[in-house]
Parts: sequence; structure tokens; C-alpha cells
Amino acid sequence: MDSTGHSRVTAGVTRHTSWFMIALLASLLVATAAPAYTVYVTNEKDGTVSIIDSAKLEVVRTVKVGQRPRGITLTKDHRWLLICASDDNAVLVYDARTMELVKSLPSGQDPELFILHPAGKLLYIANEEDNLVTVVDIEKDSVLAEIPVGVEPEGMGISPDGKVLVTTSETTNMAHFIDTATNTTIDNVLVDSRPRFAEFNADGSQVWVSAEIGGTVTVIDAKTRAVITKIAFKIPGMPLDAIQPVGVRITKDGKRAFVALGPSNRVAVIDTATFKVEKYLLVGQRVWQLAFTPDEKLLFTTNGSSNDVSVIDVEKLRVVRSIKVGRYPWGVVVAPF
Amino acid sequence: MGRKSTTQPDRRHFCGGLAYLFPAAAVVLLTGAASALGQAPATPASQSGQTRAAPAGQIRRIAIVLARELRDLPPPLSPLDVRPPDDGVAGARLAINDNNTTGRFLGQEFTLAIVQSSNSAELVADTKKQVDAGASFIVADASAQTLLALSDAMKGRDALILNAGASDDRLREQDCRPNMVHTAPSRSMLADGLAQYLRWKRWQRWFLVYGTEPDDKAFADALRRSATRFGLKIVEERQFSEDVGGRAEGGHEQIQEQIPAFTQRASAYDVLMVADESSRFGEYFPYRTFDPRPVAGTQGLVATSWHPALEQWGATQIQNRFRRLANRPMESLDYDAWVAVRAIGEAATRSKTTAPADLIAYLKSPTFELAAFKGRKLSFRDWDGQLRQPILIGTAKLPVSVSPQAGFLHQFTELDTLGFDKPETNCRAYAP
Repeated sequence: MDSTGHSRVTAGVTRHTSWFMIALLASLLVATAAPAYTVYVTNEKDGTVSIIDSAKLEVVRTVKVGQRPRGITLTKDHRWLLICASDDNAVLVYDARTMELVKSLPSGQDPELFILHPAGKLLYIANEEDNLVTVVDIEKDSVLAEIPVGVEPEGMGISPDGKVLVTTSETTNMAHFIDTATNTTIDNVLVDSRPRFAEFNADGSQVWVSAEIGGTVTVIDAKTRAVITKIAFKIPGMPLDAIQPVGVRITKDGKRAFVALGPSNRVAVIDTATFKVEKYLLVGQRVWQLAFTPDEKLLFTTNGSSNDVSVIDVEKLRVVRSIKVGRYPWGVVVAPF
Repeated sequence: MGRKSTTQPDRRHFCGGLAYLFPAAAVVLLTGAASALGQAPATPASQSGQTRAAPAGQIRRIAIVLARELRDLPPPLSPLDVRPPDDGVAGARLAINDNNTTGRFLGQEFTLAIVQSSNSAELVADTKKQVDAGASFIVADASAQTLLALSDAMKGRDALILNAGASDDRLREQDCRPNMVHTAPSRSMLADGLAQYLRWKRWQRWFLVYGTEPDDKAFADALRRSATRFGLKIVEERQFSEDVGGRAEGGHEQIQEQIPAFTQRASAYDVLMVADESSRFGEYFPYRTFDPRPVAGTQGLVATSWHPALEQWGATQIQNRFRRLANRPMESLDYDAWVAVRAIGEAATRSKTTAPADLIAYLKSPTFELAAFKGRKLSFRDWDGQLRQPILIGTAKLPVSVSPQAGFLHQFTELDTLGFDKPETNCRAYAP
């Protein structure tokens, strides 16, 4: 814009000024259209968190955290950032704004992923090596229960009313439905090989479970636990076994689901009414986890093999940027500030 | 990792000394119940957190036998390569635990009986007794000859042999059997995996050195076949029949003279390929060749089904789990035994049956797939019962690559670029 403006100086000062004003207005409009959120990305191999400004779309800070950080989430009050430091066997609690270490929570062996109860106090942690889900009170720092599940639990989803927890076990190949009032398993649904992620839709009627090696996403009726459908993927020119679904996110209006497809380097966009894939978006290499900005305008993806994060414009269904982060980016969460 | 030469062919070697540890045939029974209990944490929380399983009395048992032939072989050149006494066994035990953790949600229980002997006929007879008593799955770590005897002894029964220890191609080719599948990769798969990597590196001129044992010659044959398949050239071949005197009690002087002398005046080559399955001399080649060349094959850069330092594809989890169980790193034989026992468990979970004939049919069917920490689903080939799987290429400390390499294409699955493919097979007896 600048160079164009300057070349027009000879054509008259007024014209130049008006161009300048338009440019200024336009940039202001862009700025208001993209509020600045804070995006946190765990880098598994570096033991760091990259902090991205969602307006600038660049890394503004890198913070050293524990060993092998993977799962990451924010408390409901957005005060604390919780990180699974898998090789430290701890969940680390950071002040989300200052990134100062507040405390470390008891987590059980090898915590990989976790989910907070909607009420905000209870944290459910998948202990991959112990075949357990550990229930931790994040205020009192105490372990309330350990729930035995299948081999290598990882995916964690919780119903919007907080009554049902779903954990997926990667080697047992089941989605375990757990009653959070009694901490007991109420049902076990067999899914395809190596289930890695469980996501409830906003109205709580369905649970979407991805199977990495099976190459599918199973949609389960949350009430009856019957399988509604199994979504398979096909990308021209891509070997089927490179299509490995991991992270799943569903928009708040329940209309669209985004599925990260691992080493196929694609994110699938699914129409939830028909369960059909609308589009495959090309992102970085080995895409695993996904997170929306609070306004759901942008979706961030962690690309483990290319050490970057892709930014998807959710409305236009276009990849708008890739941002270099640390080595083996794994988890991602976005704060509303 | 201790054992550098984790190639499948090399395994036989590591059975050495076991005969002394277990002088007579022995049967050990690990009940699934005990293993399953060991898996569940004994905390009040877990007791209240009972999982919903099939009601008592509906627990159905799947009995698995691990048949080990204890072989007396010379000690390896390196004391670091002494085989752990529970090689393979620990892998099978880990898989039994995994199966039972899953099984308790479905009312299925898996048991593992270990039958071992240095006498082939005795091993077959003892295994047969287990099958008579209700076992339908035999995971075997035995020689090709013993495997064939086992297969004959199981004729007409609803029993399946899962070969986890023998890489002999003949078991997948002319001597294939309808009642035998193979979780151990064949020599040709290992050689193809290595050849694809060397082709990718453009180390295309090979100097082949092989030993005097039949297994060495078999691995040399596999390398020759791979070279032809992937457009590599064997420019020189020599048989190593010199006596290197076993472990040289720390004396390096003779070896330092002997290996350069043996390898000099070779046609121009890129890589020295060594075929020494029982590790009698191959370990002496790296850094001692006349020309400065890398060494690959059964020593140096090797092809294996597993590497104790693999961390990709969630492998860290199974490595840690294994170490906690066995107090040592996981080796290829452990992995192949783990895969065999897990394959039975997976078939039971998916087919929701414990009837042996149905389970076996499911395991061999194209529907069957197994996630096994190699980034792809594994399944059994329907022409020879071989498990299709990626092959790891590595040195002692780390994996270097994983084959199939990019660019080696196949109309159905790239995994079938490794080993004898359907159009090439000479197997007639196998039926899925």
C-alpha cells in the first residue's frame, strides 16, 4: 500500500491523502475484526510452551516447562494453565498471564491428556502407563479417585452437563463411559484401532471418537451408547494408512466438525448433519491437535513433524498462515485474552 | 540395547545358554486372572471404581501356549549381546496383561502356559498335551524343523501356530502350512527393508561376506534376491571361513590384521554386506575393513522388527511398560511374541467369540487389523500367513530409518514391497 501511495504523489496530494486514509481505515477494520487471543502450544521434544498472539499470528514468547509436555488446558476462570508434563509424572499449573509456575498437581504415572469438569474444580487425567483415569481436585491438590480403564488411556471428553466422562484406551480400542457421580464405568464401546480423542458436541447428544490406526471417526449416541455412524476418509493420491485421525473439534452451533488427520497432513471438515467430508485442508506435517479461538473464527493445528502450527480461517475454510514453534508441537489451547 | 544384532536371523544365537538355565522341560502357567489383577491398582478408589464386565460365570477363557525350543549356541562375540533368559517370554507376558485388561470389559480371560525344552520331540509332545487340555493358540520360538513337526502334530485340530522366532523363508514359501502364521518377519522382508534403505542412500555396490552356517547362506540368498529386486549390484562375494577363535579374551591384535587382509583387493564397492546370523565374526567387520566402508546386514546397520530405542508412534508407552515388567529393554523377539499374543486378543475382542475356529478365521481374515506401535495397521497376508509390518533399520543405539521407504510403490499396500508378494509366492498349502 505504501509504495502505491508514494508513486501517486505526483498525481496530487489530496489523492495521496485519501488513499492513505483508506489504507488506515482498512487496517483499523482488520484490527477490530481479529481480536487478540493468547494461543498456547506445548512442544513435546523441547519441553517448552510457545505463546502465540492470535492477532499478530506470531510467537511472542517461549517458556520452558516440564519434560515432554503434551496435554494442555485452561481453567474455567482462565487463571491457570494446566500442562501434562508426561516424563515428570506431574500436571504443572502456571499462571496463564505471567507463566509463573504456581504448583504441581499429583497426576499419576505418565499423564498425557486431561479434561476439566465444567464446574471447574475436578480434573480427569489419563494415565497412559497405568491404565487409569485419575481424578484430581485442582484446588485442594488431592487425588479423589482412580478409575481403572483399558490399556493406554488417552482421549478424554466430558458431557456439557459434566455427568459423563468418556476416555479412550489406545490398545484396548474402547471408549469407556464413566459416571462422574460414582466414578464407575457404565459402558464400554468398541471402536477402531488406537482411539486417541473423544469430543462431545455442544448439546451433549453425541460423542465423536477418532481412531488413529483404524483411520476412522466413530460417532456415538451419548445416551444409548449405540454407534450412529463411522466416518472414513479418502484423499486422492494418499495411501489409506497415512490417514490417521487424532484431534476432533466441533463448532458450538454443532454444524461442523474438524478432524486432524495426522501424517496425511490434512484437516477434514465434516458436515455434522450428513457426516460427509466437505473439504480437506492442507496443513503442516503430522497434524494432531486442534483448538478454536473463543469466537471460532480461527482454528489452530499442531503439526508435530514440521514443527509448526497452521492457522485455519474457519469461515472461509482456508489455511491462512503457518507459524514456526518448537520441536514436536503437541497440544494447543486458546485463552480469551 | 546390549544386543546390537537384533536381526531376526540372529535370534537363534541368543537362545544359547538357556539349556543350562532350564535343563529339563518345564511348564510354567501364568493365569490370566493373576495377570489381570496385577494390572489393576490396589487402591480403595479402584475397588469402588469397578468396571462393568460380564457377570461372573460368563468369563470365557482363551488358553495360549508359548513353546520355546532352547538351543545351545556358542556365546556371542560381545558380552553385551548375551541373550536375556526371558527373551520373548517377557513380550508374551506383557501382551497377556494387555489382553486381560481389555478382556475384563468383555468377560474374556487369557492364560499363558510356557512349555520349553531343548529336545524338539519333547517340546512337541508337551505342547500337544496343552492343546489336548484346551489351548488353541501356540506362540512358538523354535527352529523351522521343530515348527514343521509342531504343525504336523496339530493337524486336524482347531489350533493355530504363531511363529514368533523363525525367519526362514521356506516356512512362508514351499514349506508353508495352513495352521501357521508368522509374526516374525522373514529373512526376505528384513533384507528387502535394508536394501530399500541402501537404495535410497544410493549405496548400490555391495561387497557380500557370508559365513559357513546354513543360516548365513540363507541370509546371503535373501540379500541377493533383494539386490536383484531393487536394482543393487553385488560386485564381490566372499565366504568367511577363517577361524577367529571365538571371543578373543580382549586380544585385538590378530583381528586387526585379519579383517583388513580378508577384505582387501575387492572390486570398488559402497557398502560391505555381512551375513553372519549366529554372530561368529560379523561384529569384527565395522571399522576394520581394508577400505573405509560402512557395514550392514546381520551386524552394523541391521534390519529388525523392533528397536529398544524406538519412540515414535506411541512406542514410548510400550517400551516403558515392558521395562517395568521385565527390567530390561524390549528386543525384537519380545515384540514378535507380544504381537502374536495381542493378535489373538484383538481377534477375540473384535469377533466377540472365544470359539477357536471362529477366532482363527477372524485373525486370518482381511478384516483383521492390529495397532502395534509402528504407525500403521498390521495384518496377515492371505497367501502365506506372514504378518505385514514395517521393518526398522537401525544401529545399536538408535533406529536410523523405517522401511518401506518412500517411493517404493505397490498397488495395494507399500508394506507388501517387503518379502514375497502374492504374485511371487510358492506357498500352496496356506489358506486364510
